[in-house]
Amino acid sequence: MDFQYLFELLCGGVVKGSIYALIALGYTMVYGIIQLINFAHGEVYMIGAFVAFIVAGILTLTGYSGLTVLVLAAVVALIYAAAYGYTLEKIAYRPLRNAPRLSPLISAIGASIFLMNYVQLAQTPDFLPFPELVADFEFMEPIARYVSSVDLVILIVTTVTMIALTVLIKYTRIGKAMRATQQDMVMARLVGVNVDRVISATFIIGSVLAAIAGVLIASRTGQINSAIGFMAGLKAFTAAVLGGIGNIPGAVLGGLVLGIAETLGAGYISSAYEDVFAFGLLVLILILRPAGLLGKAVKQKV
Amino acid sequence: MAHLKRSFGIGLWFMFLTLPLMVVRVNTLNHEVEWRWSNMIWVGICAFAIAWFWQFSIERRTARRAHVAADAHPEVEKLSLAQRLADDPVLSRRVLIGAAVVAMIFPWLVSTGQNYYHINVMVSALIFVVLGLGLNITVGLAGLLDLGYIAFFAVGAYTYALLSKNFDLGFWTCLPLGGLMGMLFGVVLGFPILRLRGDYLAIVTLGFASITKIVLENWDTVFGGAAGIAGIPRPEFFGMALDGRQKSVYTYYIVLALVALTIVVTTRLKNSRVGRAWMALREDEIACVAMGVDMARTKLSAYALGAFWAGLVGVIFAAHNNFINPDSFTFMDSAMILAMVVLGGMGSILGVIIAGLALKLLPEYLRAFAEYRMLVFGAVMVLMMIFRPQGLINNMRRKYECDTVEGDHDDGAK
Amino acid sequence: MTAPSKGRKLLEVSGLTMDFGGLRAIDSVGLDIFEGEIVALIGPNGAGKTTFFNCVTGIYEPTAGEVMIHPPGEKSRRINGMKPNRITTLGMARTFQNIRLFPAMTVLENVMIGRHCRTGTSILDAILNSRRAVREERETVEKSYRLLKKVGLADVADEFSRNLSYGAQRRLEIARAMATDPFLLLLDEPAAGMNPQETLELDELIVRIRSEDKLAILLIEHDMKLVMSISDRIYVMEYGKEIAQGTPREIKENPRVIEAYLGEEAHA
Ligand SMILES: Nc1ncnc2c1ncn2[C@@H]1O[C@H](COP(=O)(O)OP(=O)(O)OP(=O)(O)O)[C@@H](O)[C@H]1O
Ligand SMILES: [Mg+2]
Repeated sequence: MDFQYLFELLCGGVVKGSIYALIALGYTMVYGIIQLINFAHGEVYMIGAFVAFIVAGILTLTGYSGLTVLVLAAVVALIYAAAYGYTLEKIAYRPLRNAPRLSPLISAIGASIFLMNYVQLAQTPDFLPFPELVADFEFMEPIARYVSSVDLVILIVTTVTMIALTVLIKYTRIGKAMRATQQDMVMARLVGVNVDRVISATFIIGSVLAAIAGVLIASRTGQINSAIGFMAGLKAFTAAVLGGIGNIPGAVLGGLVLGIAETLGAGYISSAYEDVFAFGLLVLILILRPAGLLGKAVKQKV
Repeated sequence: MAHLKRSFGIGLWFMFLTLPLMVVRVNTLNHEVEWRWSNMIWVGICAFAIAWFWQFSIERRTARRAHVAADAHPEVEKLSLAQRLADDPVLSRRVLIGAAVVAMIFPWLVSTGQNYYHINVMVSALIFVVLGLGLNITVGLAGLLDLGYIAFFAVGAYTYALLSKNFDLGFWTCLPLGGLMGMLFGVVLGFPILRLRGDYLAIVTLGFASITKIVLENWDTVFGGAAGIAGIPRPEFFGMALDGRQKSVYTYYIVLALVALTIVVTTRLKNSRVGRAWMALREDEIACVAMGVDMARTKLSAYALGAFWAGLVGVIFAAHNNFINPDSFTFMDSAMILAMVVLGGMGSILGVIIAGLALKLLPEYLRAFAEYRMLVFGAVMVLMMIFRPQGLINNMRRKYECDTVEGDHDDGAK
Repeated sequence: MTAPSKGRKLLEVSGLTMDFGGLRAIDSVGLDIFEGEIVALIGPNGAGKTTFFNCVTGIYEPTAGEVMIHPPGEKSRRINGMKPNRITTLGMARTFQNIRLFPAMTVLENVMIGRHCRTGTSILDAILNSRRAVREERETVEKSYRLLKKVGLADVADEFSRNLSYGAQRRLEIARAMATDPFLLLLDEPAAGMNPQETLELDELIVRIRSEDKLAILLIEHDMKLVMSISDRIYVMEYGKEIAQGTPREIKENPRVIEAYLGEEAHA
């Protein structure tokens, strides 16, 4: 057994998993409140990456470089992702709030296809090289084999983001309103929670998290195109289900488990079948434990 | 006036929203930034117009709903053209015969000599019509959202390709085998996953389709990898040699027959005990099982039957193209078939046929449209759900004749 | 209403308990129903009446307790944990408190679904339009139509069920349940949302069903006038526990029941 190789894979898995977790949070939060799989969430992530790419491109050509570009690009990307998430909810989901269950899901699929093709037509269907914005840190030299500088940034940013999210949900007004709405939307409305606002806020927060993930992964893999949102979204959804959909710590756990499982499968069996492991895991979980790792099974009221 | 102001705001908002993606294009090769400001103006104008129209439509929709809700008595709904057609047996028969005649002589209408491009286009379109009708069973009638339907199509196509390549089996032997393979996959996959809630089912089927594609792409010793399999024989015709055009015409009639068969089968199923159970399941699962319908069996039958049809037409697809590779079986194809069902009206056979033909033929003949077609499909799916969830052609109600109405009192207990 | 002499037992529930997480929605409730009886299950909101129905009809699997049925002419069975469709096939059919019709199907088709478990047309039969399919289809339509006449909905048979008025939808649910040929009909608040005239007609309908179709009926209802006028026996639940049972007269005078209902009566 080659422990060094295993450790390398584990590190890679954790990095990948934390990205999945970021996107999965958006799925889980939205699902928790309106029981909708926001199929277009992966597209918001892709748009985040694209906006970051464009801003970074402009800035690089005007002479800026390094982390300033990354931070500026990320900020603009977050703003835009939030705007897209907000608009998406308003147009594609809000009019369907009381429709049969399948309707918003189909609408979401339509929105996803629309956004993917919109970016493809407005930009390009080809892969674009994402500029390298994180220079190698010197102090990382000894462990660079396991964790690159980009990976370190990813881990730090995701951790901070998740702590911030926890604080937001636990202690702020909007966070409390979100939890109340999740428990019982009718009741929350009766006690004066503006449910529409809460739903919008949920979409905005989820989109911001997805955009963070988008920027991070783009600077890690070094390339983007208009189709990256599809797979990433699917994987992240898998992570959310794995952890128990609607459950926030579950999404993080699910992301990590999925990331690690995938890298281990790719490392030890075959990298071509990486996605097969992810979906295999999803199917297994859904069949054996449909409520997910941390979710509770609830009986539908009749 | 308020509308105008709002629309103006929305126009501005969309100009902001599309600013980076529509206006800026970074060319990484020669390090240039291209600014396309004209796009922004267009977006503003279009968003303004659409927003205006949108508010108007939403208002109308709300008003109509309120009207329906306020009216306690069953209102006589305005009958659609299609409904009126269906209610008139003479007229509907005439239309049906007319359509059949046109379909029969179609190859002779559009092609002369060696020009058979239009026939090939029509064959492709009809293949998708059959797919749409098959998915209509699963999604439209039974309400099982299957996002990986194309995988069963691939199963059928590869079944024929492999059987003919490795075992020299002919088209007619493989046709039912392809269907059965599709069904087998449907059953094997459906058995564990059909217990899942509707939205989970959608994702798992999507995952299944992705897995299928990955396996096809990577297991090249069996499936030929990304390059696919070439040299698949066309349907044989009693051992006679056919020239190019004749082959196309022949295939056309085969698909046409399949379309007709599919229509007959789905119509019969729809108006039977089985089809009613599917629809009831779609409407309300809990009420459905409480009325004595076996959910697992009913779902599985709908799922497997849909898969059967995809497998069947997959064989024809392989034969028609002579060549298949995994690129013909992407999520976008699944999405397009779904768009047919949604657009045509869940469960409506006529609607699915019209939508299928439109969705396949429009991009073919309107090249300008082809580029934007997925964009349009996506938007249409959203808009349909909001404004016309019942589809272009409403799933029409069936009226049952009942002349044997006895008195109330001889209805003794069994 | 004269109570018929007690015949055979049809449903026998004992010690039925249902927990939702930490909440005990039903706490060891027992209930018996005899042939030809109309039995009412009453209690304040949230007492666990609907949950009781759900446990008996297989929608929920009870945490503990026994549910036995004794279908006429068949052997007795324990039905805990059985699937709802099996239980319906064995002869118990129900309606729902919050109406669950199939909105995009016609009124007639809604009732025809009830015949599903009594017919056997397979996919192949349907595709080939076999003799069996044709015969069963005709029988289904006839029987369903008769049931619609019985509940007074025959003239709207071709309407979509979502277009019916509230009261009509409730009657349609009854017809749909009866289409499954049950020996015991469970009605969850059939009069909820009906006006006094409709309630009166419902009263008459239920009694007619009992006498014409020889069905036993278990009914949850808040309308005390209806309950007192048609039930042979009444069970009373409060906070998941059974607090009383007896004839309408006994229940009316039971101090515990009066206490449990005081709040509601005072409001009414
Ligand atoms: N699926 C469920 N999950 C959790 N709790 C439930 C569920 N179904 C019912 N309950 C709870 O069980 C209790 C009993 O509910 P139930 O619906 O049986 O009352 P009920 O007697 O029918 O009231 P009502 O007269 O208002 O219909 C309630 O506290 C309810 O919240
Ligand atoms: Mg109740």
